[in-house]
Amino acid sequence: MENKKDCVTLDHGSGGLAARELVQEVFLSRLNNSRLAPLEDSAVLPVANGRLAFTTDSYVVDPLFFPGGDIGALAVNGTVNDLAMRGAVPLALSLGLIIEEGLPLEVLERVVDSIAAAAETAGVDVVTGDTKVVHRGAADKLFINTSGIGSIVEGVEISPGQVRPGDGIILSGTMADHGITVLAEREDLGFGGQLRSDTFALNHVVAALVEHFPGGIHALRDPTRGGVATTLCEIAVVSGSSMEIWEERVPLNRPVAVACEILGIDPFFLANEGKCLLFVDPAVEGEILKALHRHPGGKQASLIGRVTDGEAGRVVLHTAVAGQRLMTPLTGDPLPRIC
Amino acid sequence: MKHVDEYRDRELVKSLAFRLADQVKRPLRFMEVCGTHTMNIFRFGLRSLFPADLEVVSGPGCPVCVTDSADIDVCIAAAENENVVIATFGDLVRVPGSRGSLAESRARGARVEIVYSPIDALELARAHEDKLVVFVGIGFETTVPTVAAAVAQAARLRMDNFCVLSLHKVMPPVFARLLAGNHQLDGLLCPGHVATIVGRRAFEPLALDYGLPCVIGGFEPVDIMQALVQLAELAARREAKVVNAYPRAVAEDGNSSAWRLVTDIFQPVDAQWRGLGTIKSSGLAIRDVYAAFDARRRLDFETETPAPPSTGCRCGDVICGRCRPVDCGHFGGSCTPGHPLGPCMVSSEGSCAAFYRYGEH
Ligand code: SF4
Repeated sequence: MENKKDCVTLDHGSGGLAARELVQEVFLSRLNNSRLAPLEDSAVLPVANGRLAFTTDSYVVDPLFFPGGDIGALAVNGTVNDLAMRGAVPLALSLGLIIEEGLPLEVLERVVDSIAAAAETAGVDVVTGDTKVVHRGAADKLFINTSGIGSIVEGVEISPGQVRPGDGIILSGTMADHGITVLAEREDLGFGGQLRSDTFALNHVVAALVEHFPGGIHALRDPTRGGVATTLCEIAVVSGSSMEIWEERVPLNRPVAVACEILGIDPFFLANEGKCLLFVDPAVEGEILKALHRHPGGKQASLIGRVTDGEAGRVVLHTAVAGQRLMTPLTGDPLPRIC
Repeated sequence: MKHVDEYRDRELVKSLAFRLADQVKRPLRFMEVCGTHTMNIFRFGLRSLFPADLEVVSGPGCPVCVTDSADIDVCIAAAENENVVIATFGDLVRVPGSRGSLAESRARGARVEIVYSPIDALELARAHEDKLVVFVGIGFETTVPTVAAAVAQAARLRMDNFCVLSLHKVMPPVFARLLAGNHQLDGLLCPGHVATIVGRRAFEPLALDYGLPCVIGGFEPVDIMQALVQLAELAARREAKVVNAYPRAVAEDGNSSAWRLVTDIFQPVDAQWRGLGTIKSSGLAIRDVYAAFDARRRLDFETETPAPPSTGCRCGDVICGRCRPVDCGHFGGSCTPGHPLGPCMVSSEGSCAAFYRYGEH
């Protein structure tokens, strides 16, 4: 039995002294900023002209820590990326935690450290938060919810509805890294430590592209659960277009390819947490690709396909061995609790 | 993956596609009999490279798909015993029997663990000394040796809380059953994995007795295309023999030491196949000497299982090549991988799942 003091207990969620201590020692000391510090019922943000983007996501990944990241980094980057996919600049995040009684404090501290580091990298503050502690078994270790608010610069209109035939389809880097890493970690498959999650905040690279190529980016989407295949199919349906994808141009890390091969998993269905698909004006696609290559978030970016005016929702994959088949969205998720 | 790359060579695949088109001069119908062939033909888009006159249908090569609903019921009966932990490969968990699936039993509180190998199941038994771990053995010749090895190891370690519920099957009898009917096949693409264990020679009776060209093929795109070219050549000459197009893995007599281990522990038994009924000596049961590791003798099962509710699922026809998945009225509507009605849609190697996933609808 661990020392009670070293674990999160129901007291910590009681709203009493222990709860205050937890907030001070674990959260405020790490996430401190002028809007969070007063610990008011809600944070107050100045209202900007123009439009706001608002998003929320919950994170239940198992295990909490995995090579390349952890639930904390995922919770910040995931929500920041959801904002970035609309071309929004993140302004503030909320942080809600549901903690299973008995979680070692040291684990919680590591996660909050990671949240602080990810928020700093993304350049956004956590301005409000909440913690609940539940009985053992009522939750598994730790669940996190983050919401994010972002502002959209005047004139920026990024959404799948903007996708049109002729658009270049760019993937900002290798695919499937996150999904395969978590799966291998969870099943203890130990592929020689060569797999790493790609969790990464995409807001900086997106902001740079949006600024340099006004109107050049029609849509952005991060291929998280369901992977690149599912995301492409969804966008093809929403935008009423067809797509052609060339498999040999899709970047895939070698160890990821090998692990997928061994496990018989199609990497097109595996989650990514630091990549985006860009649907771009063909007139500037070469320039966009070059700009991506100069940025840490897009070094391995590749033009993987093109939007065509065929049957709505139809995504054709030209396989690396010169065959052809349709791509379909993932059904019957084989990898629950991946993020 | 160095060794894999040469079997995924784009130019080589293209040139094999030309040769295949050259060889197919009349409508030909081939059957492949291995879930990995099914999957890879779809996944690599090889169907788009086949000439229009060549039809390749899937046979009973997916172990989950051929599992009879009554056998699923037996697994569920085992799972409902509160002293039992079921250990099984993932796909089986979602296959519906007459009273639901193992996944549903798990939701109701049964212990059902997904393992990647029978050795994992042994580990599980070590970790749960107070429970009986029942490993559901499913698969053909390829998979049985590892299960036999696990039983041998459990016997050596005198483990008394590990046993196997064998649903294992062997291939030659089911081929014989299929080919004895009006099969309308011009050639058989024989499963490379099974051949690795049983050897090329084991397929000879098929070619000789049924006058059917047979080619043993590997699983990479080049392997598959090469095997199909050779099969088309044999079919063009109407030559009934067994060609080994996968010599890097398959020997004349297979892997005799692996098979010896299997026959030490298992003996032939009549088995139920979905869509085909009982086939004589097509299953493997644990021998009397190893009775302690036989779940069927460790646990009391109801022998009567109700007939499965008729859902209209045509898996039985699909796995015999009698109809295509798209010919089933449920396909893509009431039956999808997210909500499967039959095992062919559950298993990642099933024809219905492959048709669905890779867009043949
Ligand atoms: S589509 Fe579904 S119901 Fe029809 S045969 Fe296949 S698995 Fe059975």
